[in-house]
Order: sequence, then C-alpha cells, then structure tokens
Amino acid sequence: MAADGTLAVPTAAGAGSGRANTLQRFARRRSTIAFLMTLPLLVVVVGLVGYPAAYGIYLSTLNRRMTGFMEGDWLPTGLGNFEILFDSDTFWMVVWQSCIFAITAVLLKALIGFWLAHMLHHIPTKGQRKWRGMLLVPWVIPPALSTLGWWWMFDPSYSSINWILNIFAVPAVPWLGEPWWARASVIIVNVWYGAPFFMIMYLAALKSVPEQLYEAAAIDGATSWQRLRYVTLPMMANIISITVLFSLIVTFANYDIVRVLTNGGPRDLTHVFASYAFQVGILSSNIPRGAAVSLFMFPILAVCAFFVLRGVTRRNKEQM
Amino acid sequence: MAQVSLRKIIKAYEGGVQAVKGIDLDIEDHEFVVLVGPSGCGKSTTLRMIAGLEEITSGDIAIGGTVVNDIPPRDRDIAMVFQNYALYPHMSVYDNMAFGLTLRKFPKAEIDRRVKEAGRILDITPLLDRKPKALSGGQRQRVAMGRAIVRDPKVFLFDEPLSNLDAKLRVQMRTEIKKVHQTVKTTTIYVTHDQVEAMTLADRVVVMNHGVIEQVGPPQELYHHPATRFVAGFIGSPAMNFIPARLEEMSGALRLTLSNGQTLEVPDARTARYRAHAGKPVLFGIRPEHLTDDKPTDKTNPAPVTLTPEVIEPMGMETLAHFKLDGAEISARLDPATPAAVGEPLRLIAHMDQMHLIDPSNDKVL
Repeated sequence: MAADGTLAVPTAAGAGSGRANTLQRFARRRSTIAFLMTLPLLVVVVGLVGYPAAYGIYLSTLNRRMTGFMEGDWLPTGLGNFEILFDSDTFWMVVWQSCIFAITAVLLKALIGFWLAHMLHHIPTKGQRKWRGMLLVPWVIPPALSTLGWWWMFDPSYSSINWILNIFAVPAVPWLGEPWWARASVIIVNVWYGAPFFMIMYLAALKSVPEQLYEAAAIDGATSWQRLRYVTLPMMANIISITVLFSLIVTFANYDIVRVLTNGGPRDLTHVFASYAFQVGILSSNIPRGAAVSLFMFPILAVCAFFVLRGVTRRNKEQM
Repeated sequence: MAQVSLRKIIKAYEGGVQAVKGIDLDIEDHEFVVLVGPSGCGKSTTLRMIAGLEEITSGDIAIGGTVVNDIPPRDRDIAMVFQNYALYPHMSVYDNMAFGLTLRKFPKAEIDRRVKEAGRILDITPLLDRKPKALSGGQRQRVAMGRAIVRDPKVFLFDEPLSNLDAKLRVQMRTEIKKVHQTVKTTTIYVTHDQVEAMTLADRVVVMNHGVIEQVGPPQELYHHPATRFVAGFIGSPAMNFIPARLEEMSGALRLTLSNGQTLEVPDARTARYRAHAGKPVLFGIRPEHLTDDKPTDKTNPAPVTLTPEVIEPMGMETLAHFKLDGAEISARLDPATPAAVGEPLRLIAHMDQMHLIDPSNDKVL
C-alpha cells in the first residue's frame, strides 16, 4: 500500500485501457470511497443547514417587501437591516438578555448536572438505573409540553408554587409579571429541562476516569475535594467543555420555552434572539429583519466554539 | 522505624465470601517482602488493606507500631506503585512526582530537590517535562516508582508492577527495583503472581493460597524446604514432580515403590523422619533439576529410574523431557547432549538427597 493510502492495483497497461485504468484507480482510492460513503449525509447537511443558512444571509439583505436590497445610511446597501438593529434599543436589550439567559442557564445546568452525576456515580449500580431514568424524565418530555406545565405552575391566579409559598407564609411571587422574575422563570424552566443532559454526559465521563487514579491520589495525600480538583475535573475537562459548548449553542437558540412561557413579555423584557427574530420576522411580517436578528447569534457562537474546540484539541494531543 | 504487622486479618465480601482468611504476618524495618500466589489467592487484597484502599473486616494492621485500621490512606505514610502505573495523564512527569509533596505543602525547593534526585536514581531526568502519554511502558513504570520514592514514605507497596511490561523489560525493571531498594532501603511489600520475581527480589517470600498464608521464608528456604505441596509446586520452574508412590521398610532401610514397580532407596539421613509413614501411600516430590540423565555425579544417593519420554523440549542450555507415570506428569532436566528420543526408554537419576515426601491426606511435606 502506498503512503497516501491508495491501494496499488496491478493492471495490464494496454494503450486502449489507459482511461479505464485511471477511472478504476480513482474509484479504488480510499479517499474516494470515503467521500462516496459520506455523500448522502453531506447532501442532507447541505440541504438542511447550508442552504437555509445561505438563504438566511440573502434574506437579511433585502428590504421589507423583499423587492430589493435594503439601503442603509452609514452602512452599504444590503446591510440596512443591520444598521436599524444597531440603532435599536430593543435589539441591544435582546442581545443582553440572550447572553444573560444563555450564560446563567448553561452555568446552572453544568453545576446541577455535575452535582447530580456525582450523586448518581456514588449510588451502587443496582439502584443507579432507577434514579438515572427518573432524573432523565425532564429531558425526554417535549419542552413545549412541559413548559405548558410550568406555565400553569407560574400562573398568577392558580400558581401551585405560590400556593406552597403561602403555606409557609411567604408572599406570592409574580412569576411571569415582573421582568426579573420572568427572566428567572425562563431560566429555571430551561435549567430544569437541560440539566439531565449535562448529568448523563458527566456521568459517562465520571465512569471513564480510572479508579486507580483516585486511589493513587488518595495515597498521594489528596482529600476528596483535592481529588475532585486535581483528578476528576482535569480528566473531565474535554467532556465538560464540549457539553458546555453544545448546550450554549442550543440555549442561545432556544425558542420554545420563551414562546410558551412569556412570549417575550412583559414589554419584550424576556425576549432572546430566536423569539425576537420570530416576533420581528413572522409576527411583524418583516422577514429580512428577522433573518438579520437570527444571524447575530452566529459570530458570538463561532468565537465560543473556536476557543472551546481549540482547548479540546490541545488536551487530546497531550493526554490521549 | 517501619515494621508492618498484620494480626488475624480477615476480608469478607458481601455474601460471605472470604478473600483473606485471618492472616498473621510481621514485616521488619527495611525488609523486602514479596506476597506471591495464584490469582484470587488474596495477595492483592492484603496489599490494598495495608494501603487503606480496602476496609478490613476484622483484625489489626499496624505500621511502625501504630494501628492504622481507621486511618485513611493519605495519613498512613505509604506509597504505592500500581500495575497500570496510575499516572495522572494531564500532569507532566515532574508534576506527577511532585504531586504528593505539593499536597503535603513541602517547600518548593525541597520538592525540586527530591524530584530531581529521584529522576537521577531512576535515570528519567530528561523526561521530567514530558506527559505520560509520550513515555514507553518501562519509562512510565520508572515514573510511578519515582512518585513513590520522592515521598520517602515508611513503606513502599508494589501491586504487580511489572505485569504490563514485555518479558525483556520485566527482567530489566526487576533489577532496577532491587537496585532502588538497595539504595533507599525502605520497607517494601511487593505483590506478584510470578514466582521468579518473588525469588529474585525478596528477602522473604510469603506464599498465599485461597486467602491463607501457606509459608513464609527466605527464597532458598522455600525452594529447599517447602512446607506444603502447594508451595513445593508453586516455587520453582518447571514445577516439582509429584509421583504417587508407596513408602516401604525393608530390614531397617526405607524405599519408595513407584506404580511401575521400580524402587528408589531413601537416604539413611531421612529414615528417622519418614519411618512413621512406612507402609502408607505418599507423594514423592522431586524437582526436574534433581531428576537428570544418568551420568557420574558428585551428589549423594543417586537412584536410577527408567522412564519413556512423551515430549522432548530442547532449550539450548538444557533439554526438558516430559514423561507420564500413573497419571502424574513428570519432567526432567537433561544435558542437551543426552541422546533422548520420544518413545524410547531413558535411564535417569533421581537425586534422593533432594527428595520430598508429601502426605496425600493433608498435603503437608513430611
């Protein structure tokens, strides 16, 4: 076999069969076969991701009636929608809210998921399955459906949470009526829904840390906190960062929880990118501007992904 | 001072299975003791109980005179080398070795001095900046030993440290371990299933089987004076031959009669020891190296035996011949020049001054 991964095929090099041989060789190259086998997936990815993304970029350059490019005052023609967004207070509030929402929710999910994974990891295998199954329930229920349940629990008149609080003489909380409570409610529901995913990923990572490393650390003199700090966390660093990145992307693009729970209210104070894009693009019939809003997520997430994946690659090179 | 003493140590698992069944052992300061036995004999469990990684069901373990039953591993002042090295993959060799000292809040200069000193002893100074991933198996083993040495603990514990190395490296590292012990002289407890490692390294060997200690003693004593059939068969390679025989007394002298009718004279020096068993069936134990080809010997009490080889294995420096007699597998070590052939009767000499007799009723060596 040649160094470039091609198979050397002995062929009778006749003058007339030269072209056939070349084709045959091309078909037998490993890279060709690999490409052909991934082609169906590539078609799906290009069709479902590449095309809509490119179309989204194109849409964002159009004017409201989609008859031509959107003109701008200080940005070139085609970027007018972005110029309007830059000048809009509501939009900057959405940026800020999206960041607060995504960062807080991901952080809480990571912490709670890690804590749950640790608890589960220390339950004997027999009982573990039962608990694992129960703790995964929030993640397997369709979020739009479970959010309806939460919406009921937060309801100003029938809130079961307030009812419980009242028993303990705590005054009722306007869960979805006050901006900060509404923001907190959206985050709570998102954390409730997303923490099991972190838990299951971290549990898998915890199980893959060799027991002997903990034993070696125990003999080296590490307390349980130091074992966590110097063995568990570094060993899980890759899973932690990939899970956080993945969750950050999904949380940033979250739509259903905000839509069902607050619909962006009160006074647009709980909108995130996706729900605001929907409001601007679909409900207010300004599709190009809605596209421009949703495109804003891309550079923010791209920067996060770059740093996270760079760290993962570096650690992989060093440790694996 | 770091003697280690085990008193009536029992380890029972859920369901009542006992891995260690009440062992007593005293290990002296600076001593190198090897626990050896087949897998499942309780040797690793014993070591892990000394380390504090397994709980003791009952009994007492004392290190340096202090009972450590309820003391966590980190406060026992021990260091352990694991079979798969257990190096922290995210730390450099230097950090791996320094980790225990850093946790114990040693001054930086002292840590540096100790790590570099251990690096020098183990010849791994050029590797200090590398990650474990970039090391070979033998180098990782050295780092694992370095991590133990820098701590300057009361006791070193080795849990089958050479099992993951290839045969050549194993021999080399065995010598290294012996050298290190001669240099640092820390009390060492070493677990292995390889009797060659046990014999070559130990000041004293502890042979374990089914959770009990069969015999404790210096390697030569175990080789020459095994206490039980298990020890006789476990120590030595190829293993000792056990041939069913009958001990008979004829006008004051004892002799063994094999199932094929051949008789072997028991040396006079052993007569008094064996007389009580005259007339009983016994197992005649003789090592392959004491069952050799028939040629002039300076050994006393040679007894001729004729057997027919089933397999001949030329090894270069010697030839192993395998026989079968009354269901027992027998091997003999022959001079490579001996013209032995499969299926042709071969006259051998049993060196009866090296013989052992085993009581088949309790497997004790008489």
